[in-house]
Amino acid sequence: MNRFVEIVNLEKTYYGHGFFKRSKNAVKAVDRVSFGIEKKSVYGLVGESGCGKTSLVRSVLYLDPPTDGEVWVDNTLLGGLKATELRSFRRRMQIVFQDPNSALNPKMNIQDSLEEGLFNRGLDNSRRKELVTRMLDLVGISPSHSTRYPHEFSGGQKQRIVIARALCMEPDFLVLDEPVSNLDVSIQAQIINLLQDLKSELGLTYLFISHDLNLVAYLSDQIAVMYKGRLVETGSTDEIMGHPMHPYTLKLFSSIPGMQTTPAADDFTAPEAAASGGDKKPLEGANVCSYCDPCPMAGQECRGQEPQLETIDGSHKVACLKLANHN
Amino acid sequence: MIPGDPALTIAGVDAAESDIQAIRAKLGTDKPMLNQYLEWIWDVFRFDFGTSLTSGRPVSDLIMERFPLTLTLAVLGILLSIVIAIPLGVISAVRRWSFWDYLGMLFSQAGMAIPSFWLGILLLMLLSIKYRVFPLFGSGSINHLILPSISLGIARAAVLLRLTRASMVEELSKEYVITARAKGLTERMVNYKHALRNALLPVITIAGIQLGYMLGGAIIIEQVFSLPGLGRLFLFAVYQRDFPLIQGGVVFVAFVFSFINFAVDILYSVLNPKIRIS
Repeated sequence: MNRFVEIVNLEKTYYGHGFFKRSKNAVKAVDRVSFGIEKKSVYGLVGESGCGKTSLVRSVLYLDPPTDGEVWVDNTLLGGLKATELRSFRRRMQIVFQDPNSALNPKMNIQDSLEEGLFNRGLDNSRRKELVTRMLDLVGISPSHSTRYPHEFSGGQKQRIVIARALCMEPDFLVLDEPVSNLDVSIQAQIINLLQDLKSELGLTYLFISHDLNLVAYLSDQIAVMYKGRLVETGSTDEIMGHPMHPYTLKLFSSIPGMQTTPAADDFTAPEAAASGGDKKPLEGANVCSYCDPCPMAGQECRGQEPQLETIDGSHKVACLKLANHN
Repeated sequence: MIPGDPALTIAGVDAAESDIQAIRAKLGTDKPMLNQYLEWIWDVFRFDFGTSLTSGRPVSDLIMERFPLTLTLAVLGILLSIVIAIPLGVISAVRRWSFWDYLGMLFSQAGMAIPSFWLGILLLMLLSIKYRVFPLFGSGSINHLILPSISLGIARAAVLLRLTRASMVEELSKEYVITARAKGLTERMVNYKHALRNALLPVITIAGIQLGYMLGGAIIIEQVFSLPGLGRLFLFAVYQRDFPLIQGGVVFVAFVFSFINFAVDILYSVLNPKIRIS
């Protein structure tokens, strides 16, 4: 366990609220996901909306504890911490959400929002003020605006404030859950550049989640592709971008403008199955490849066996029976 | 325009036509409708609502006499419903699908389904007749108002409870609440300092509107508990075609309602920085 963040067989199952049978509507949002993040690197996680990315990060941070599996951060097993220990450990891992409009308490001014977490760290008043000022400065918000309320800022400014708030806790692990997908393209670039600067300046480790493969490739050192709660392909950015292998990754690539593959590769059969690809996998019938329905190269074996991540080359791993057979 | 002639009511059924005409002239109801209306408006602007036809006393006196009781009843009712609804609603939202949540659901379903007069009669039978804890009828002390305000408050509480729960559930799922948790705040701080404060805004609006409604008098509850409140005053005014009293009552209720809404708006601007005037 020498990597900074280590996630082992993480599972998150949501149960319905059936009156008689609790497990009836169970949905596995995250299914046996394992990966590790090196210190001061950026780990990108891609997948379409509804594939379980957000469930995964909430589980990783124990905001919504996982059903099964282990999360290690800096050699600390989060599941093994007591509630109070977990609360103080939270300082070290912060999160930036997708929607800056709902990420700030509308009834608290910026100063209070940023300062709040610092009380718990036992900092005195002048130290708190100093830190808030420094962080606002760092993200390019004038500290003189700190008595304003969230609605007085634009979306991009709010997202900067959200980032400043996360940084106030002086974390070493920052989870970015689609931090720019709600922003204009020009603002997106500003925020991405800001995140890159902050990373080198403060020595942060990022888990960057997005459905935008271009963005992830730009920012990340390692990439994982997620589909229906499972990781289907992982590897370094060069490996994934230069030599994508899993049919789902290929499909994601074909959706990037300017990166069109051949028309044949775009022509997926069973489009109705692909359209419903966001559905989470029900508990029963787990013994098939989750991508076998929309997959253009699925065969008989894909419906009778579940593929595991297997090393192709270096750190490049793919969960596909067809590709594994070729090697 | 309205069936029934107050002159007929005053004069009696077998009065002579000339007497009826005389009474009409005295009341001014023989004039054209528009004249009557303009005269009434002119008087209203001078805070003169006229005199009641049946009792001969000024309408404003009659209303002000009854208002304290209605006010106390309404305030007690709304306080009771808030005291029931907000804690139970918050527990229901924080511990969704728990025992408390199901209890809250049961309470609100029952509260909305039970007619308040039936609950009032039931309470009277149990607590005034069988156990004699509360007086059966009459008014004058706070004891007389406990049962009526319970019967009034339960139905309001049922609505407010659902609203509190829904609003709280929505706030709890917002990202700032999750971030607050990520900042290492205790659950209590997250739930109360962050979520509840924002969740209460719509609850306050609805509670204000409900208070406005109750201040217009609770006709049925006043009838059940024989309370001399505004509801009964207006009800009898309608029975007896006491037009000045009805008109005065409508203006009064409209004014009270607007005032409460205005007060809620002012309160809102204090609670919500988004609409705070800088």
